[in-house]
Amino acid sequence: MSQRQVLQVFEQYQRARTQFAQAVAELASRPQNIETLQNAGVISLLRPLLLDVVPTVQQTAALALGRLANYNDDLAEAVVKGDILPQLVCSLSEQNRFYKKAAAFVLRAVAKHSPQLAQAIVQCGALEMLVICLEDFDPGVKEAASWALEYIARHNSELSQAVVDAGAVPLLVLCIQEPEIALKRIAASTLSDISKHSPELAQTVVDAGAIAHLAQMILNPDAKLKRQVLSALSQIAKHSVDLAELVVEAEIFPVVLTCLKDSDEYVKKNGATLIREIAKHTPELSQLIVNAGGVAAVIDCIGSCRGTVRLPGIMMLGYVAAHSENLSMAVIVSKGIPPLCACLLEEQEDHIKAAAAWALGQVGRHTPAHARAVAVANVLPTLLAMYVDTRSSEDLQMKTKKALKNILQKCTYLPALEPLLHDAPPNIMKHIVGQFSKVLPHDSKARRLFVTTGGLKKVQEIKAEPGSLLQEYINTINNCYPEEIVRYYSPGYSEMLLERVENYHPVL
Amino acid sequence: MAALARLQARLSGLREEYFRRNRSVDEYRKIEYKAAVKIQSWFRGCRVRAYLRYLRKMTIVIQKWWRGYRSRRYFRKMVKIQKRWRGYYVRKYIHNYYALKKYLEAISVNNEIIRSELQKYTEMKENEEKRKDLEKKEKEKQYQARKMHYLLSTEQIAGIYNSPFRKSPDPMELLLRKSKPLSHRRQQKKSPFACELHDWPTCKRPPSFSTAQPLPCIGRQKPQGPFRDPAEVLRQRYKPLEPTLRVAASISSPLEKAREEMKREEWRNRVHDNEFLPFSSYHKNEKYDPSIHRSGKYGQEAYGIKHFREVQPKKWVTDKDFRTVLPSIVLFEKFGKTYSRTGQIV
Repeated sequence: MSQRQVLQVFEQYQRARTQFAQAVAELASRPQNIETLQNAGVISLLRPLLLDVVPTVQQTAALALGRLANYNDDLAEAVVKGDILPQLVCSLSEQNRFYKKAAAFVLRAVAKHSPQLAQAIVQCGALEMLVICLEDFDPGVKEAASWALEYIARHNSELSQAVVDAGAVPLLVLCIQEPEIALKRIAASTLSDISKHSPELAQTVVDAGAIAHLAQMILNPDAKLKRQVLSALSQIAKHSVDLAELVVEAEIFPVVLTCLKDSDEYVKKNGATLIREIAKHTPELSQLIVNAGGVAAVIDCIGSCRGTVRLPGIMMLGYVAAHSENLSMAVIVSKGIPPLCACLLEEQEDHIKAAAAWALGQVGRHTPAHARAVAVANVLPTLLAMYVDTRSSEDLQMKTKKALKNILQKCTYLPALEPLLHDAPPNIMKHIVGQFSKVLPHDSKARRLFVTTGGLKKVQEIKAEPGSLLQEYINTINNCYPEEIVRYYSPGYSEMLLERVENYHPVL
Repeated sequence: MAALARLQARLSGLREEYFRRNRSVDEYRKIEYKAAVKIQSWFRGCRVRAYLRYLRKMTIVIQKWWRGYRSRRYFRKMVKIQKRWRGYYVRKYIHNYYALKKYLEAISVNNEIIRSELQKYTEMKENEEKRKDLEKKEKEKQYQARKMHYLLSTEQIAGIYNSPFRKSPDPMELLLRKSKPLSHRRQQKKSPFACELHDWPTCKRPPSFSTAQPLPCIGRQKPQGPFRDPAEVLRQRYKPLEPTLRVAASISSPLEKAREEMKREEWRNRVHDNEFLPFSSYHKNEKYDPSIHRSGKYGQEAYGIKHFREVQPKKWVTDKDFRTVLPSIVLFEKFGKTYSRTGQIV
């Protein structure tokens, strides 16, 4: 009789604990309750429940802690300071898979806020436990563990190195080959975050044989997986020429070009980023991309997107054009200039406009033929307007100025230079006038046009210091014309004539 | 006088002295002569050598100048040749304008191909998306029709979708007619691939759209021989029964009635499919399917198949059976002898 009563007491207590843990977990999933919970001191109450005898209570308590820590970094710090992490880590090894998932969730929620918290997690030895979880059979456990590793590794390269030293990379490469899509996604994004910090880490990832599997998964129809895979490959390829060549050897071209036509915006963006990281290293790699038709695909991609999604594509065109004049001509032939001009005009963000201006400068700077192709697209006035505009950021102004300088130094297409004469500031003016002074002495039709369109008049109005380069150019231009015409167009000539009329004594 | 005597005294010695001097001169004449020749010849040799050296220097200067002149002319020709050669080489191999043009044309052609391929790819994807959507909608509709099967119109009452004022019934009505009603007992097991399967953490297989067209059938070898046309044969085989007027007159003709009767009797009376057959060798070779209750871990239990009664002849004390001392009960005498040997089939 009394035994039953005694047992009843224990049962009540267990029921109460379970209810408490479940209720807190439920409440913690809504953000408005968390302040109240924090003020009620929920973390210190949940801590002993983690060591409870009943597994359900443990798991629910861990889940509740995870949700709380996920909310903001104060709570995460409270979790760390409350000495909860060592308990979690110790019990990770012997518990069942639900507990492991919940514990990995807590670690992930704490690690995501700041590098210091992630460092605290690493210091209590969680990495070995997480790596052991990666070897578990249940795919949910593997997913939770690799997510936690990803959030640890993403902050800086020391933490990534710690993750790599714990031996996580080969297991992650195995995880990528598993059939579950969510696990593949997380493993791919973890590899991406590990390899983004330094070339050595990227080399470690490559040595584990990740590139072949990542390259195979580009064909997978799942959009989120493709995002992560492309991001991982671009983080690997960006560090050095050798790594980029390894990525190219995995035969990603021309399959990667289909990603540029995907319906998901971020897949397009990451695909363009990957191609950009490969193209920027050497002319040979750019040549390879051009031969595979990558330039056309990127141009179409730029044309179809809006916003920051376009940015990697624009930069890729700039890099390709920067390497050599043949590649730049290839960009022009693939009808690359109209989309770049459209970007320049349509986009609101300054950094995208700056990138477009830079790319146009790279395309047009090689030879007069290139500069002519850029000038014909009527983009020089836009560039000038952006340079002069006071609302443009410094970066935009600098890039447009450089682009204008580069293009103008090679531009011999005078109809495009005419409109610039009227608005340009002095430092640009000297280049424009310089170009005129190079072309006009040899071309009589151009001279005539120059006079009729009012260019000569404008040139006369320019004030230049005697002896400066600008003055020399003006002199060269003036020497192309007979003196009367020059005098006719010089400012104040009409007053001079009227004065002469005044002072004239009529001959009777 | 004294001078004369002195002179005469010296006279005798004078001859000897004269001879002596001549002789000494003669003696040394050869040597002196040879010496003089040597000195003179050496000196002349020096002079000639100096002259020759001078001459040689002069010829060297002239020849130097001449050769330089000749090779400068040659050099100018060489420069012309090399100039032409270098221009040709650079134009042909390094900055080959026509190759560049062809390359750029090839690039634009390649770009067009890639663009069209990518366009086809996007169209294909869009079509697949649309098809998936349509299929989903169709399935939804069918499910709804199955759920709302009770809305089907009957003979007396027209359903909602079969309004009498309409010319023809609503498509929903037709769908309702086609669909089977949903049973309550079993839960509709929704396959995990119906909804977004990408969020499912343990989905086994990603969806793969097989877009390849089905392979054309293998050209089968036609069997040899003058066979009739298969359509004819099939027509003959499946020729429908053409009953006589008498048979076909009633709605349910006697043939049909008889058939129905037979069917009903079968349906009533048949208990199990294996007909009961007498003890014979018919079933001898049939393999016995053991039930799960009977089969043990290491195979079938012998009890129930091989024997029904635990009989261990080795443990028997004698061969014979018990002798009856008391008058036996007649019924018990029959035990084991009535049908077959302890239940085993003869």
